[in-house]
Amino acid sequence: MSTAPRLTPLDATHRSLGATMTDFAGWDMPLRYASERDEHNAVRTRAGLFDLSHMGEIAVTGPQAAAFLSYALVGNIATVGTGRARYTMIVAEDGGILDDLIVYRLGENTYMVVANAGNAQVVLDALTERVGGFDAEVRDDRDAYALLAVQGPESSAVLKAVTDADLDGLKYYAGLPGTVAGVPALIARTGYTGEDGFELFVAPEHAEGLWKALTEAGAPHGLVPCGLSCRDTLRLEAGMPLYGHELTSALTPFDAGFGRVVKFEKEGDFVGREALRAAADRAGTTPPRKLVGLVARGRRVPRAGFPVVAGAGGQVVGEVTSGAPSPTLGKPIAMAYVDPAYAEPGTEGVAVDIRGTHEPYEVVALPFYKREK
Amino acid sequence: MSNPQQLRYSKEHEWLSALDDGVATIGITEYAANALGDVVYAQLPEVGDTVTAGETCGELESTKSVSDLYSPVTGEVTAANQDVVDDPSLVNTAPFEGGWLFKVRVAQEPDDLLSADAYTEFSGN
Repeated sequence: MSTAPRLTPLDATHRSLGATMTDFAGWDMPLRYASERDEHNAVRTRAGLFDLSHMGEIAVTGPQAAAFLSYALVGNIATVGTGRARYTMIVAEDGGILDDLIVYRLGENTYMVVANAGNAQVVLDALTERVGGFDAEVRDDRDAYALLAVQGPESSAVLKAVTDADLDGLKYYAGLPGTVAGVPALIARTGYTGEDGFELFVAPEHAEGLWKALTEAGAPHGLVPCGLSCRDTLRLEAGMPLYGHELTSALTPFDAGFGRVVKFEKEGDFVGREALRAAADRAGTTPPRKLVGLVARGRRVPRAGFPVVAGAGGQVVGEVTSGAPSPTLGKPIAMAYVDPAYAEPGTEGVAVDIRGTHEPYEVVALPFYKREK
Repeated sequence: MSNPQQLRYSKEHEWLSALDDGVATIGITEYAANALGDVVYAQLPEVGDTVTAGETCGELESTKSVSDLYSPVTGEVTAANQDVVDDPSLVNTAPFEGGWLFKVRVAQEPDDLLSADAYTEFSGN
Protein backbone atom coordinates (compact mmCIF):
# COMPACT_ATOMS: atom_id res chain seq x y z
CA MET A 1 0.00 0.00 0.00
CA SER A 2 1.28 3.41 -0.90
CA THR A 3 2.00 5.79 1.92
CA ALA A 4 1.97 8.88 -0.29
CA PRO A 5 -0.73 11.24 0.98
CA ARG A 6 -3.87 11.54 -1.08
CA LEU A 7 -4.53 14.88 -2.72
CA THR A 8 -7.93 16.50 -3.07
CA PRO A 9 -9.06 17.94 -6.42
CA LEU A 10 -8.31 21.37 -4.91
CA ASP A 11 -4.69 20.64 -4.09
CA ALA A 12 -3.27 23.09 -6.63
CA THR A 13 -5.68 25.77 -5.40
CA HIS A 14 -4.50 25.36 -1.80
CA ARG A 15 -0.87 25.58 -2.83
CA SER A 16 -1.46 28.68 -4.93
CA LEU A 17 -3.11 30.25 -1.86
CA GLY A 18 0.01 29.50 0.20
CA ALA A 19 -1.76 27.10 2.56
CA THR A 20 0.13 25.32 5.31
CA MET A 21 -0.68 21.69 4.58
CA THR A 22 -0.97 18.83 7.03
CA ASP A 23 -1.43 15.10 6.88
CA PHE A 24 -4.90 14.17 8.04
CA ALA A 25 -6.09 10.57 7.87
CA GLY A 26 -3.78 9.94 4.94
CA TRP A 27 -4.81 13.07 3.07
CA ASP A 28 -2.73 16.16 2.44
CA MET A 29 -5.14 18.85 3.67
CA PRO A 30 -4.95 22.60 4.26
CA LEU A 31 -4.31 23.28 7.96
CA ARG A 32 -4.59 27.05 7.55
CA TYR A 33 -4.07 29.66 4.87
CA ALA A 34 -2.97 32.52 7.12
CA SER A 35 -4.03 33.04 10.74
CA GLU A 36 -6.27 30.21 11.99
CA ARG A 37 -7.78 32.62 14.52
CA ASP A 38 -8.81 35.00 11.73
CA GLU A 39 -10.29 32.06 9.83
CA HIS A 40 -12.20 30.96 12.92
CA ASN A 41 -13.56 34.46 13.51
CA ALA A 42 -14.55 34.80 9.85
CA VAL A 43 -16.79 31.72 10.19
CA ARG A 44 -18.32 33.03 13.43
CA THR A 45 -19.03 36.50 12.05
CA ARG A 46 -19.07 36.28 8.22
CA ALA A 47 -18.28 33.19 6.14
CA GLY A 48 -15.56 30.63 5.51
CA LEU A 49 -14.88 28.25 2.62
CA PHE A 50 -13.59 24.74 3.37
CA ASP A 51 -12.32 21.86 1.25
CA LEU A 52 -13.63 18.70 2.90
CA SER A 53 -13.03 16.37 -0.01
CA HIS A 54 -11.36 13.87 2.30
CA MET A 55 -14.75 12.88 3.74
CA GLY A 56 -15.90 9.42 2.64
CA GLU A 57 -19.13 9.11 0.62
CA ILE A 58 -20.82 5.74 0.38
CA ALA A 59 -23.96 5.24 -1.73
CA VAL A 60 -26.66 2.85 -0.56
CA THR A 61 -29.43 2.07 -3.03
CA GLY A 62 -32.17 -0.47 -3.62
CA PRO A 63 -35.69 -1.40 -2.54
CA GLN A 64 -34.49 -2.37 0.94
CA ALA A 65 -31.96 0.42 1.37
CA ALA A 66 -33.86 1.97 4.29
CA ALA A 67 -34.36 -1.33 6.08
CA PHE A 68 -30.72 -2.20 5.53
CA LEU A 69 -29.44 1.09 6.97
CA SER A 70 -31.73 0.76 9.97
CA TYR A 71 -30.17 -2.66 10.54
CA ALA A 72 -26.56 -1.57 9.93
CA LEU A 73 -26.67 1.72 11.89
CA VAL A 74 -27.99 2.67 15.33
CA GLY A 75 -30.53 5.23 14.07
CA ASN A 76 -34.00 4.73 12.65
CA ILE A 77 -33.10 5.56 9.07
CA ALA A 78 -36.50 4.45 7.77
CA THR A 79 -38.01 7.62 9.28
CA VAL A 80 -35.71 10.00 7.40
CA GLY A 81 -37.75 11.79 4.76
CA THR A 82 -36.55 12.25 1.21
CA GLY A 83 -34.38 15.36 1.07
CA ARG A 84 -33.53 15.15 4.75
CA ALA A 85 -30.41 14.11 6.63
CA ARG A 86 -29.74 12.40 9.96
CA TYR A 87 -26.76 12.38 12.32
CA THR A 88 -26.14 8.79 13.41
CA MET A 89 -23.48 6.26 14.33
CA ILE A 90 -22.31 2.82 13.29
CA VAL A 91 -21.18 0.43 16.01
CA ALA A 92 -19.48 -2.94 16.16
CA GLU A 93 -21.31 -6.02 17.48
CA ASP A 94 -19.92 -5.15 20.96
CA GLY A 95 -21.46 -1.68 20.78
CA GLY A 96 -18.17 0.17 20.30
CA ILE A 97 -18.45 3.20 18.02
CA LEU A 98 -16.92 2.62 14.57
CA ASP A 99 -17.78 6.10 13.31
CA ASP A 100 -20.27 8.91 13.47
CA LEU A 101 -22.06 9.57 10.19
CA ILE A 102 -24.46 11.78 8.35
CA VAL A 103 -26.96 9.89 6.22
CA TYR A 104 -28.69 11.84 3.45
CA ARG A 105 -31.83 10.44 1.87
CA LEU A 106 -31.52 11.60 -1.72
CA GLY A 107 -34.49 9.67 -3.11
CA GLU A 108 -37.04 7.03 -2.24
CA ASN A 109 -34.43 4.25 -2.37
CA THR A 110 -31.23 6.27 -2.57
CA TYR A 111 -29.06 7.23 0.38
CA MET A 112 -25.62 8.72 0.81
CA VAL A 113 -23.66 7.87 3.93
CA VAL A 114 -20.85 10.30 4.76
CA ALA A 115 -18.10 8.90 6.97
CA ASN A 116 -14.99 10.46 8.46
CA ALA A 117 -11.94 10.17 6.22
CA GLY A 118 -10.06 8.02 8.70
CA ASN A 119 -12.95 5.59 9.09
CA ALA A 120 -14.37 5.48 5.57
CA GLN A 121 -12.81 2.11 4.75
CA VAL A 122 -13.99 0.59 8.04
CA VAL A 123 -17.50 1.87 7.43
CA LEU A 124 -17.49 0.69 3.83
CA ASP A 125 -16.30 -2.77 4.89
CA ALA A 126 -18.90 -3.00 7.65
CA LEU A 127 -21.75 -1.93 5.38
CA THR A 128 -20.61 -4.31 2.64
CA GLU A 129 -20.53 -7.15 5.14
CA ARG A 130 -23.90 -6.28 6.67
CA VAL A 131 -25.79 -5.83 3.38
CA GLY A 132 -25.99 -9.59 2.77
CA GLY A 133 -29.63 -10.72 2.76
CA PHE A 134 -30.99 -7.26 1.91
CA ASP A 135 -32.13 -6.20 -1.53
CA ALA A 136 -29.76 -3.23 -1.46
CA GLU A 137 -26.39 -2.25 -2.85
CA VAL A 138 -23.44 -0.54 -1.17
CA ARG A 139 -21.15 1.46 -3.44
CA ASP A 140 -17.87 3.20 -2.69
CA ASP A 141 -18.43 6.76 -3.92
CA ARG A 142 -15.37 8.32 -2.31
CA ASP A 143 -13.84 9.25 -5.66
CA ALA A 144 -17.14 10.46 -7.09
CA TYR A 145 -17.29 13.65 -5.05
CA ALA A 146 -15.38 16.68 -3.99
CA LEU A 147 -16.92 18.37 -0.93
CA LEU A 148 -16.83 22.11 -0.37
CA ALA A 149 -18.42 23.76 2.64
CA VAL A 150 -19.53 27.37 3.07
CA GLN A 151 -20.07 28.07 6.76
CA GLY A 152 -20.99 31.16 8.71
CA PRO A 153 -23.85 33.66 9.12
CA GLU A 154 -23.26 35.04 5.61
CA SER A 155 -23.13 31.63 3.94
CA SER A 156 -26.70 31.81 2.68
CA ALA A 157 -26.08 35.21 1.10
CA VAL A 158 -22.88 33.95 -0.51
CA LEU A 159 -24.52 30.87 -1.95
CA LYS A 160 -27.56 32.76 -3.24
CA ALA A 161 -25.24 34.70 -5.52
CA VAL A 162 -24.34 31.51 -7.39
CA THR A 163 -27.48 29.38 -7.23
CA ASP A 164 -31.20 29.64 -7.92
CA ALA A 165 -31.92 26.76 -5.56
CA ASP A 166 -34.49 27.46 -2.84
CA LEU A 167 -32.08 27.93 0.05
CA ASP A 168 -34.68 29.55 2.29
CA GLY A 169 -36.78 26.40 1.96
CA LEU A 170 -33.79 24.21 2.78
CA LYS A 171 -33.91 23.42 6.49
CA TYR A 172 -31.05 22.47 8.79
CA TYR A 173 -30.16 18.83 8.09
CA ALA A 174 -31.80 18.83 4.68
CA GLY A 175 -30.28 18.38 1.24
CA LEU A 176 -31.43 18.86 -2.33
CA PRO A 177 -29.90 18.43 -5.76
CA GLY A 178 -29.37 21.72 -7.57
CA THR A 179 -27.05 23.76 -9.70
CA VAL A 180 -24.37 25.91 -8.11
CA ALA A 181 -22.19 28.17 -10.26
CA GLY A 182 -23.35 26.26 -13.30
CA VAL A 183 -22.45 22.78 -12.06
CA PRO A 184 -24.65 20.06 -10.61
CA ALA A 185 -24.35 19.79 -6.84
CA LEU A 186 -26.00 18.17 -3.88
CA ILE A 187 -26.66 21.14 -1.61
CA ALA A 188 -26.92 20.19 2.06
CA ARG A 189 -27.57 22.47 5.01
CA THR A 190 -25.15 20.72 7.31
CA GLY A 191 -21.84 21.52 8.90
CA TYR A 192 -19.40 21.06 11.72
CA THR A 193 -18.87 24.61 12.92
CA GLY A 194 -21.88 25.55 15.04
CA GLU A 195 -22.93 28.11 12.42
CA ASP A 196 -25.46 28.12 9.64
CA GLY A 197 -23.87 26.73 6.53
CA PHE A 198 -23.93 24.51 3.50
CA GLU A 199 -22.01 21.53 2.23
CA LEU A 200 -21.76 21.10 -1.52
CA PHE A 201 -21.04 17.68 -3.01
CA VAL A 202 -19.86 18.02 -6.62
CA ALA A 203 -17.97 16.00 -9.20
CA PRO A 204 -14.20 16.34 -8.64
CA GLU A 205 -13.68 18.03 -11.99
CA HIS A 206 -15.99 20.84 -10.92
CA ALA A 207 -14.29 21.52 -7.60
CA GLU A 208 -11.82 24.17 -8.77
CA GLY A 209 -14.41 26.15 -10.71
CA LEU A 210 -16.84 26.05 -7.80
CA TRP A 211 -14.14 27.12 -5.33
CA LYS A 212 -13.31 30.08 -7.56
CA ALA A 213 -16.96 31.06 -8.00
CA LEU A 214 -17.61 30.88 -4.25
CA THR A 215 -14.48 32.88 -3.51
CA GLU A 216 -15.65 35.62 -5.85
CA ALA A 217 -19.25 35.54 -4.67
CA GLY A 218 -18.05 35.58 -1.07
CA ALA A 219 -15.61 38.45 -1.34
CA PRO A 220 -18.22 41.19 -0.64
CA HIS A 221 -19.35 39.16 2.39
CA GLY A 222 -15.90 38.73 3.88
CA LEU A 223 -15.58 35.03 3.04
CA VAL A 224 -12.09 33.60 3.49
CA PRO A 225 -10.61 30.15 2.79
CA CYS A 226 -10.46 28.11 5.98
CA GLY A 227 -8.32 25.15 6.99
CA LEU A 228 -8.74 22.19 9.30
CA SER A 229 -7.18 24.01 12.24
CA CYS A 230 -10.11 26.41 12.59
CA ARG A 231 -12.57 23.64 11.75
CA ASP A 232 -11.32 21.90 14.90
CA THR A 233 -11.67 24.96 17.15
CA LEU A 234 -15.08 25.76 15.64
CA ARG A 235 -16.47 22.27 16.30
CA LEU A 236 -14.88 22.21 19.77
CA GLU A 237 -16.59 25.46 20.74
CA ALA A 238 -19.84 24.01 19.39
CA GLY A 239 -19.38 20.90 21.56
CA MET A 240 -19.33 18.57 18.58
CA PRO A 241 -17.48 15.28 19.02
CA LEU A 242 -14.56 14.21 16.83
CA TYR A 243 -13.88 10.56 16.16
CA GLY A 244 -10.59 9.48 17.71
CA HIS A 245 -11.09 12.04 20.49
CA GLU A 246 -14.56 12.03 22.06
CA LEU A 247 -15.66 8.94 20.13
CA THR A 248 -13.67 5.71 19.93
CA SER A 249 -14.27 2.01 19.41
CA ALA A 250 -13.74 1.54 23.17
CA LEU A 251 -16.88 3.57 23.91
CA THR A 252 -20.53 2.86 23.18
CA PRO A 253 -22.77 5.82 22.30
CA PHE A 254 -24.11 5.62 25.88
CA ASP A 255 -20.64 5.88 27.39
CA ALA A 256 -19.97 8.86 25.16
CA GLY A 257 -23.16 10.63 26.20
CA PHE A 258 -24.74 10.21 22.76
CA GLY A 259 -27.21 7.49 23.69
CA ARG A 260 -29.95 9.56 22.09
CA VAL A 261 -28.80 8.48 18.61
CA VAL A 262 -29.59 4.83 19.43
CA LYS A 263 -33.20 3.97 18.54
CA PHE A 264 -34.21 0.73 20.26
CA GLU A 265 -37.82 1.32 19.26
CA LYS A 266 -37.15 0.92 15.53
CA GLU A 267 -38.49 -2.01 13.58
CA GLY A 268 -36.29 -5.07 13.30
CA ASP A 269 -32.95 -6.03 14.76
CA PHE A 270 -29.81 -3.97 14.34
CA VAL A 271 -26.11 -4.57 14.74
CA GLY A 272 -25.04 -4.01 18.33
CA ARG A 273 -28.56 -4.00 19.80
CA GLU A 274 -27.85 -6.46 22.59
CA ALA A 275 -24.59 -4.82 23.65
CA LEU A 276 -26.14 -1.36 23.47
CA ARG A 277 -29.11 -2.44 25.57
CA ALA A 278 -26.67 -3.62 28.21
CA ALA A 279 -24.69 -0.39 27.90
CA ALA A 280 -27.86 1.66 28.32
CA ASP A 281 -28.83 -0.31 31.45
CA ARG A 282 -25.31 0.02 32.83
CA ALA A 283 -25.31 3.78 32.19
CA GLY A 284 -28.59 4.00 34.10
CA THR A 285 -27.30 2.24 37.21
CA THR A 286 -23.60 3.09 37.31
CA PRO A 287 -23.13 6.25 35.29
CA PRO A 288 -19.89 6.21 33.29
CA ARG A 289 -17.54 9.16 33.03
CA LYS A 290 -19.36 12.11 31.58
CA LEU A 291 -18.34 14.34 28.70
CA VAL A 292 -18.08 17.91 30.02
CA GLY A 293 -16.68 21.25 29.02
CA LEU A 294 -13.71 22.79 30.80
CA VAL A 295 -12.83 26.48 30.67
CA ALA A 296 -9.40 27.64 31.77
CA ARG A 297 -8.87 30.12 34.54
CA GLY A 298 -5.31 30.54 33.30
CA ARG A 299 -3.79 30.64 29.85
CA ARG A 300 -2.08 27.28 29.37
CA VAL A 301 -3.83 25.04 26.88
CA PRO A 302 -4.99 21.51 27.68
CA ARG A 303 -4.43 18.89 24.98
CA ALA A 304 -5.92 15.48 24.27
CA GLY A 305 -4.75 12.90 26.78
CA PHE A 306 -3.93 15.29 29.62
CA PRO A 307 -5.26 14.09 33.00
CA VAL A 308 -8.08 15.93 34.74
CA VAL A 309 -7.36 16.06 38.47
CA ALA A 310 -9.20 17.18 41.58
CA GLY A 311 -8.69 17.73 45.27
CA ALA A 312 -5.61 18.48 47.29
CA GLY A 313 -4.04 15.16 46.38
CA GLY A 314 -4.47 15.76 42.69
CA GLN A 315 -6.36 12.53 42.21
CA VAL A 316 -7.02 11.73 38.53
CA VAL A 317 -10.76 12.05 37.84
CA GLY A 318 -10.81 12.21 34.06
CA GLU A 319 -9.03 12.84 30.81
CA VAL A 320 -9.04 15.61 28.23
CA THR A 321 -10.23 14.46 24.78
CA SER A 322 -9.84 17.76 22.87
CA GLY A 323 -8.41 21.10 23.89
CA ALA A 324 -7.53 24.37 22.24
CA PRO A 325 -7.39 28.09 22.78
CA SER A 326 -10.93 29.29 22.05
CA PRO A 327 -10.93 32.36 19.81
CA THR A 328 -14.54 33.16 20.75
CA LEU A 329 -14.10 32.85 24.53
CA GLY A 330 -10.56 34.20 24.48
CA LYS A 331 -9.28 31.43 26.75
CA PRO A 332 -8.35 27.78 26.56
CA ILE A 333 -11.20 25.25 26.53
CA ALA A 334 -11.41 21.49 26.51
CA MET A 335 -13.79 18.60 26.33
CA ALA A 336 -13.05 15.85 28.83
CA TYR A 337 -14.52 12.69 30.24
CA VAL A 338 -14.74 13.04 34.03
CA ASP A 339 -16.08 10.95 36.90
CA PRO A 340 -19.77 11.76 37.50
CA ALA A 341 -18.94 13.27 40.90
CA TYR A 342 -17.01 16.06 39.13
CA ALA A 343 -19.27 16.49 36.09
CA GLU A 344 -21.72 19.02 37.48
CA PRO A 345 -21.20 22.54 36.04
CA GLY A 346 -19.58 24.72 38.65
CA THR A 347 -17.82 21.84 40.43
CA GLU A 348 -14.99 23.35 42.46
CA GLY A 349 -11.40 22.21 42.62
CA VAL A 350 -11.04 20.68 39.16
CA ALA A 351 -7.73 21.13 37.37
CA VAL A 352 -5.91 19.86 34.30
CA ASP A 353 -2.42 18.46 34.70
CA ILE A 354 -0.52 20.44 32.08
CA ARG A 355 2.98 19.06 31.96
CA GLY A 356 3.13 18.57 35.71
CA THR A 357 1.36 21.74 36.80
CA HIS A 358 -2.25 21.57 37.98
CA GLU A 359 -3.96 24.42 36.16
CA PRO A 360 -7.41 25.30 37.55
CA TYR A 361 -10.36 24.75 35.23
CA GLU A 362 -14.06 25.46 35.49
CA VAL A 363 -16.53 22.67 34.66
CA VAL A 364 -19.23 23.93 32.28
CA ALA A 365 -22.09 22.43 30.31
CA LEU A 366 -21.55 21.86 26.59
CA PRO A 367 -21.57 23.53 24.16
CA PHE A 368 -19.24 26.44 24.86
CA TYR A 369 -20.83 28.39 22.04
CA LYS A 370 -24.32 28.45 20.60
CA ARG A 371 -25.25 30.74 17.76
CA GLU A 372 -28.20 33.07 18.01
CA LYS A 373 -30.98 31.97 15.69
CA MET B 1 10.32 36.38 4.17
CA SER B 2 13.81 37.53 4.91
CA ASN B 3 15.98 37.09 7.95
CA PRO B 4 17.60 40.34 9.09
CA GLN B 5 21.32 40.45 8.29
CA GLN B 6 22.37 42.03 11.60
CA LEU B 7 21.04 39.09 13.64
CA ARG B 8 22.54 35.70 14.34
CA TYR B 9 20.52 32.51 14.51
CA SER B 10 20.34 29.15 16.28
CA LYS B 11 19.29 25.85 14.79
CA GLU B 12 16.34 25.91 17.23
CA HIS B 13 15.07 28.90 15.20
CA GLU B 14 15.89 31.62 17.69
CA TRP B 15 17.50 34.87 16.72
CA LEU B 16 20.02 36.84 18.74
CA SER B 17 20.81 40.54 18.36
CA ALA B 18 24.25 42.10 18.40
CA LEU B 19 25.38 42.75 21.97
CA ASP B 20 24.46 46.08 23.49
CA ASP B 21 26.61 46.60 26.58
CA GLY B 22 26.93 42.82 26.86
CA VAL B 23 23.19 42.22 26.53
CA ALA B 24 21.57 40.36 23.62
CA THR B 25 17.89 40.49 22.65
CA ILE B 26 16.40 37.10 21.75
CA GLY B 27 13.32 36.03 19.84
CA ILE B 28 12.10 33.35 17.46
CA THR B 29 12.35 33.62 13.70
CA GLU B 30 9.54 34.31 11.31
CA TYR B 31 9.97 30.79 9.99
CA ALA B 32 9.39 29.39 13.49
CA ALA B 33 6.45 31.71 14.11
CA ASN B 34 4.81 30.60 10.87
CA ALA B 35 5.39 26.96 11.72
CA LEU B 36 3.74 27.42 15.13
CA GLY B 37 0.67 29.24 13.87
CA ASP B 38 -1.13 31.75 16.07
CA VAL B 39 0.76 31.98 19.36
CA VAL B 40 -1.72 32.26 22.22
CA TYR B 41 0.45 31.95 25.30
CA ALA B 42 4.07 32.72 26.05
CA GLN B 43 5.80 31.56 29.19
CA LEU B 44 9.08 33.48 29.29
CA PRO B 45 12.05 33.21 31.64
CA GLU B 46 12.01 35.72 34.49
CA VAL B 47 14.43 38.54 35.13
CA GLY B 48 17.31 37.16 37.18
CA ASP B 49 16.96 33.61 35.85
CA THR B 50 20.07 31.98 34.50
CA VAL B 51 19.53 30.44 31.09
CA THR B 52 21.81 27.93 29.40
CA ALA B 53 22.54 27.70 25.69
CA GLY B 54 20.52 24.92 24.09
CA GLU B 55 18.32 24.34 27.13
CA THR B 56 14.63 25.10 27.53
CA CYS B 57 13.69 28.28 29.35
CA GLY B 58 9.99 28.67 28.60
CA GLU B 59 7.24 27.67 26.22
CA LEU B 60 5.22 29.03 23.37
CA GLU B 61 1.73 27.71 22.92
CA SER B 62 -0.20 27.93 19.67
CA THR B 63 -3.60 26.71 18.54
CA LYS B 64 -2.29 23.33 17.57
CA SER B 65 0.71 22.71 19.77
CA VAL B 66 3.10 23.77 22.48
CA SER B 67 6.80 24.29 21.81
CA ASP B 68 9.67 24.60 24.18
CA LEU B 69 11.55 27.85 24.09
CA TYR B 70 15.33 27.44 24.00
CA SER B 71 17.96 29.97 24.89
CA PRO B 72 20.63 30.35 22.21
CA VAL B 73 23.15 31.62 24.78
CA THR B 74 24.12 31.22 28.42
CA GLY B 75 23.71 34.11 30.82
CA GLU B 76 21.41 36.03 33.11
CA VAL B 77 18.00 37.25 31.98
CA THR B 78 17.77 41.03 32.23
CA ALA B 79 14.32 41.55 30.67
CA ALA B 80 11.27 39.64 29.48
CA ASN B 81 8.89 41.17 26.96
CA GLN B 82 5.69 41.91 28.89
CA ASP B 83 4.04 43.07 25.65
CA VAL B 84 4.31 39.50 24.31
CA VAL B 85 2.97 38.05 27.55
CA ASP B 86 -0.02 40.39 27.24
CA ASP B 87 -0.43 39.92 23.49
CA PRO B 88 1.31 36.77 22.25
CA SER B 89 0.20 37.46 18.66
CA LEU B 90 3.13 39.90 18.47
CA VAL B 91 5.31 36.83 17.95
CA ASN B 92 3.43 36.21 14.69
CA THR B 93 3.04 39.77 13.49
CA ALA B 94 6.50 41.13 14.37
CA PRO B 95 8.82 38.23 15.27
CA PHE B 96 12.00 40.23 14.66
CA GLU B 97 10.81 43.44 16.31
CA GLY B 98 8.00 43.98 18.82
CA GLY B 99 7.71 40.21 19.24
CA TRP B 100 11.14 39.82 20.88
CA LEU B 101 11.00 37.52 23.91
CA PHE B 102 13.77 38.16 26.42
CA LYS B 103 17.19 39.74 26.94
CA VAL B 104 20.26 38.03 28.32
CA ARG B 105 23.54 39.37 29.71
CA VAL B 106 25.68 36.94 27.76
CA ALA B 107 28.20 34.93 29.77
CA GLN B 108 28.90 32.42 27.04
CA GLU B 109 27.71 31.80 23.58
CA PRO B 110 28.04 28.64 21.52
CA ASP B 111 30.24 28.72 18.46
CA ASP B 112 27.62 27.30 16.12
CA LEU B 113 25.34 30.33 15.77
CA LEU B 114 24.45 30.99 12.16
CA SER B 115 24.62 34.08 9.98
CA ALA B 116 21.42 35.26 8.30
CA ASP B 117 22.44 33.64 5.02
CA ALA B 118 23.43 30.38 6.68
CA TYR B 119 20.16 30.30 8.63
CA THR B 120 18.15 30.99 5.48
CA GLU B 121 19.85 28.03 3.89
CA PHE B 122 19.36 25.89 7.02
CA SER B 123 15.66 26.61 7.36
CA GLY B 124 14.95 26.76 3.66
CA ASN B 125 13.34 30.14 4.22
